Amino acid sequence: MERRAFLKIAGGVAAGVGLTSIVTVKPARATPAEMQEAIRAVVGSARITPGKVKLDLPPLIENGNAVPLTVTVDSPMTEAEHVRAVHVFTEKNPQPYVVSFHLGPRAGRARVSTRMRLADSQNVVAVCQLSDGSLWSDSAAVVVTLAACLEDGI
Amino acid sequence: MASALINVPARARRGEIIEIKTLISHVMETGFRRTQVGAVIPRNIIRRFVCSYNGTEVFSADLHPAISANPFIVFSTIATESGTLAFEWTGDNGFSAKETAAITVE
Repeated sequence: MERRAFLKIAGGVAAGVGLTSIVTVKPARATPAEMQEAIRAVVGSARITPGKVKLDLPPLIENGNAVPLTVTVDSPMTEAEHVRAVHVFTEKNPQPYVVSFHLGPRAGRARVSTRMRLADSQNVVAVCQLSDGSLWSDSAAVVVTLAACLEDGI
Repeated sequence: MASALINVPARARRGEIIEIKTLISHVMETGFRRTQVGAVIPRNIIRRFVCSYNGTEVFSADLHPAISANPFIVFSTIATESGTLAFEWTGDNGFSAKETAAITVE
């Protein structure tokens, strides 16, 4: 084999090894910075003001696999002034996204509930988009004793 | 086939705000779990839920792997006229489920 060809192959192998090690080292977990990026990716760059939204989560959670969550927004829900969407994000789950609800004036009342998974004790953030384009948020700090996503699969 | 539970009041006054509860059986596999031999269990989730009132979309949700198994969603709508509420869930692996509920508005 010629020296040049050998170097090409060796370089390729080394690069491949480098890539796989990066992939395995990265933890399956988002960070607060990634959550901020995710929020910006969903709602855009407008200013987010704390207030108007109320995110209800139990402060202490025994089982992170099914955590009840309720988001209430202070809004008259009329044609002129209503909630367009409610987004929920987490800091330390494998992905920052949780759910996006799309509402409208026909919802009557701006309150939605669901159940979510929590991989760790962390902050959960709800961001709501009003019909005038303004963004409001609320966050809740939760402590999880048994985390989701840890149990073995099949 | 997935089974869904829907809770919608059968009767309502015109203009009343009604609360709708929906529950559907689904594993919501996150795609982050592994089997005991280390193979990743592929993601299998419901990605979208839509509720239509007599054909008009009144509520929808985009779900992610952070939603618990058997997604439970509670929302509300204004009882405007008698008719049907149609619910539709769609997700990975061509998952699709539909359910309807009748409502009488007086």
